[in-house]
Amino acid sequence: MMETIEEQLEVRNGIPADEAAGPAGEFLTFRLGSEEYGVDILKVQEIRGYDTVTRIPGAPEFIKGVINLRGTIVPIVDLRLKFDLPEVVYNDFTVMIVLNVLNRVVGIVVDGVSDVIQLEAGQIRPAPEFSAAVNARNIIGLGTVDSRMLILLDIEKLVSDPNLQLVEIH
Amino acid sequence: MPPIDITRFHQTFFDESFEGLDVMESGLLRLDPDAPDDETINAIFRAAHSIKGGAGTFGFATVAEFTHLLETLLDQMRSGNRPVTCKDVDVLLRSVDVLRSLLTAARDGSEADTATAQMVSEELGALLAAPAATVEAPAPAQADAPVAAAPRGWRIEFIPKPELFASGNDPLRIIRELTLLGRAEVICDTDALPMLTEAMPEACYLSWRIDLHADCGRDAIADVFAWVEDECDLSIEPLDGDVAEPTVDAAAVTGTASDGGEQAPGADVDTPSTPPAQDPPAAASGKPELTVIKGGRPAVAASRPATSAERSGEGGSIRVSTEKIDALINLVGELVITQAMLQQTAQHLDPVTHEELFNGLNQLNRNTRVLQEAVMSTRMLPVEFVFSRFPRVVRDLASKLGKQVQLQTVGEKTELDKSVIERIADPLTHLVRNSLDHGIESPERRTAAGKPATGTIRLSASHQGGHIVIEVSDDGAGLDRERILSKARERGIATSDGMADEDVWQLIFEPGFSTAEQITDVSGRGVGMDVVKRNIEALSGSIEISSESGRGSRILIRLPLTLAILDGMSVRIGGEIFIVPLNNVIESLQPQAEQLKSLVNQAQVIRLRAEYVPLVRLQELFGVHDAVRDPQQGIVVVLESGGRKIAALVDELVGQQQVVIKSLESNYRRVPCVSGATILGNGQVALIIDAAEIVRQGARANAA
Amino acid sequence: MSRILAVDDSASMRQMVAFTLKSAGYDVAEAPDGAEALEMAKKEKFNLVLCDVNMPNMDGISLVKALRQLPDYKFTPLLMLTTEAGPEKKQEGKQAGATGWLVKPFNPEQLVTTIQRVLS
Repeated sequence: MMETIEEQLEVRNGIPADEAAGPAGEFLTFRLGSEEYGVDILKVQEIRGYDTVTRIPGAPEFIKGVINLRGTIVPIVDLRLKFDLPEVVYNDFTVMIVLNVLNRVVGIVVDGVSDVIQLEAGQIRPAPEFSAAVNARNIIGLGTVDSRMLILLDIEKLVSDPNLQLVEIH
Repeated sequence: MPPIDITRFHQTFFDESFEGLDVMESGLLRLDPDAPDDETINAIFRAAHSIKGGAGTFGFATVAEFTHLLETLLDQMRSGNRPVTCKDVDVLLRSVDVLRSLLTAARDGSEADTATAQMVSEELGALLAAPAATVEAPAPAQADAPVAAAPRGWRIEFIPKPELFASGNDPLRIIRELTLLGRAEVICDTDALPMLTEAMPEACYLSWRIDLHADCGRDAIADVFAWVEDECDLSIEPLDGDVAEPTVDAAAVTGTASDGGEQAPGADVDTPSTPPAQDPPAAASGKPELTVIKGGRPAVAASRPATSAERSGEGGSIRVSTEKIDALINLVGELVITQAMLQQTAQHLDPVTHEELFNGLNQLNRNTRVLQEAVMSTRMLPVEFVFSRFPRVVRDLASKLGKQVQLQTVGEKTELDKSVIERIADPLTHLVRNSLDHGIESPERRTAAGKPATGTIRLSASHQGGHIVIEVSDDGAGLDRERILSKARERGIATSDGMADEDVWQLIFEPGFSTAEQITDVSGRGVGMDVVKRNIEALSGSIEISSESGRGSRILIRLPLTLAILDGMSVRIGGEIFIVPLNNVIESLQPQAEQLKSLVNQAQVIRLRAEYVPLVRLQELFGVHDAVRDPQQGIVVVLESGGRKIAALVDELVGQQQVVIKSLESNYRRVPCVSGATILGNGQVALIIDAAEIVRQGARANAA
Repeated sequence: MSRILAVDDSASMRQMVAFTLKSAGYDVAEAPDGAEALEMAKKEKFNLVLCDVNMPNMDGISLVKALRQLPDYKFTPLLMLTTEAGPEKKQEGKQAGATGWLVKPFNPEQLVTTIQRVLS
């Protein structure tokens, strides 16, 4: 499973954005509890298994800490904690998606990645004010593939969200 | 360039030489001894000259040697120094025959008629009737005269005459050629440079002093200057090893001898805060440029043979973006971590059965360290990048204040990290201005005090362990204890008359302190010494003052060579590892019950000899829950910053190591009391404690 | 590419010099004597002139003197090919405005080294 996604990542990330992105683009899908989410594949740098993090004093609970990613110190946000999911476990399926957003490298912890899917514009609806754990501000929209429904995260907005405290607020 | 096979030119050479012999022969036959025609003699001479030149070039030594005699004789004739006699013409004609046979033999690879050649050559020699030495041909290639007691190098003073450029010579080419002989320290003197309006655009106004660390003979150097020996004043003197002799700025009135000895590196490599077992790469990387010497021995660099890079000449440098260098440093840092991981993993193996693996790992360890040093050194710049601004600062300020001041700089070649260099310029400028403004007295006062009218400010830099020490000293009046005390009282700073001098001097680092009798526009306003101190501490450095009334004062700045690595002590707090900068660690101890005191405000202090030091539980600061709370069960690490101390409680000391400093802020944000992060041998991230901030907070909490 | 003018009345020397310098990546023009060299130098700017001392029509010393008078050759490196027999020739050459000299005999490597130092 992991391998196939990484292979796809490799292939697709090699394609210039303007060619790869159709009307809406490709999304890496992952699970948080019972909900399925998607992030813009072009923002994804790599996928790693969950590893030991170094706690950061004074950081909010959902910031697990920092890891060493080939010499770079990368903060790790557990989206499940951020989104107040009831059950947060760290097991073999727990995965970190390393994202490259706004010139920063940030890792998010999710319950597992599924696949990479292509969404046409028609498959994406604007997000209603709904009851998902995520603030609608941080959502591009809802994608539908067959019977699946994906919450498409606007990862740039999420990372720069002052509530996430990832970025210094001046 | 592929080697040139000169045999390809042989045929042309033979062809033209036989032609030349024909020219000579017919010329000689035409020559009337009573009325020799100049042009004929010239033509004969030129033919002989060409044959000689070609023969030498193309490797026909016998031909060249023989032709040399012929040419010498012809040269005397054509310059009118020798009458043309029938006998001469006769011998010359026979010489042409000999040459023809020699050339034929050379062309065909056959035996030459050496007997006849020998005979004719003796006749030519007799004609020349000169001492054998001058005739013997060709003169052996000029060999470097053996130098008695070969010096370690040479000091070359090279003062080109203004018209040097007119011969198409370039002083820089000459200096570049010198660097092929060995490492050269080049100081350019721009003092002869006139105002722009008066400068002749085609004249050379610069002169140079070059300390060449090469074990070559004087002749080798003289050869480099051979083309310009009449267009410059040149002196080449053996370097007596005293490379640390201060460069007295040209603005200075006089030069005074200086004792670089007190700065001897190595003398205190083992500073109390530096783990002796370690060999900090940064320190080693600075070695090649160590200019300060100990006991008269040449600096480390002086004995270093020229590297191949230096030999290759061509300026030997390229511009590389700092991003590229930083990327390299990053990668090497990764390599160091990987290496440490391998080393750690291998610890569980039996060294006997895995001997080869262990050997390999040791080699990897060494190579990685050397590589790290080498890469770190690419960020290093000589401190002269900062020092070079001071002659001007001193000159301008001295004339403004009506003082006579000379500036001495020592150890300009001492290297440190580019980012440190950029950030010490302002503090240093402030200190130099301070020295000039407040330290050095007016010429009248100096004379009255029995001192030379000209004061001296000395800027020196040297490496000590993994640090660079920069000293700003002057021979001025020294700090005025009473005035500092009264100012401090005025400012409401706590003082006592019994304060030790060192404590009094510390007062000038208090915010808003100024000791000048009147605030001058030179150094009195704006930034104070408190800012200087803060800036130095922001670089993980420290600053110290010593002063002697009437003799002057001395400010010592200690800085890490680089901001990219740090000597750290790893400590455990609960289940977490933190790095404490060794620079800030005074001592660590397991406190006894009687050393602990609780204050009314719940704060705790530890008695260390005569003083009470506030106890700071790092676990509270960093929110660690499973850590030791009882100081007697743990270890306190006494941290010092800005003259204040705190005792930081940790569970245990894990070890000392040099760590590569990583930014937390590039992907995250600043974390209070944390100055950065590093990566441990197991690949885990550890946070580096910001000792200065903790000490500030601890002291504040304690005062509250 | 640096353009060099090699002046020598000896064809073999000229060939050797030209061939060697071309192999080292220089662009080389040749002249058999000073007079012809001077005419060539007036038509185009060479980066360096390498000339023999003893040549028919116009010798090397005169060539150097004449070249130095040309605005284009005021600071151009002018090297003389001398023999060890003539220290006074070096002196004369220097006085005429020569940059330096190369002592004959020399081998191709020495030639290239000298030229590279002057032209780098």
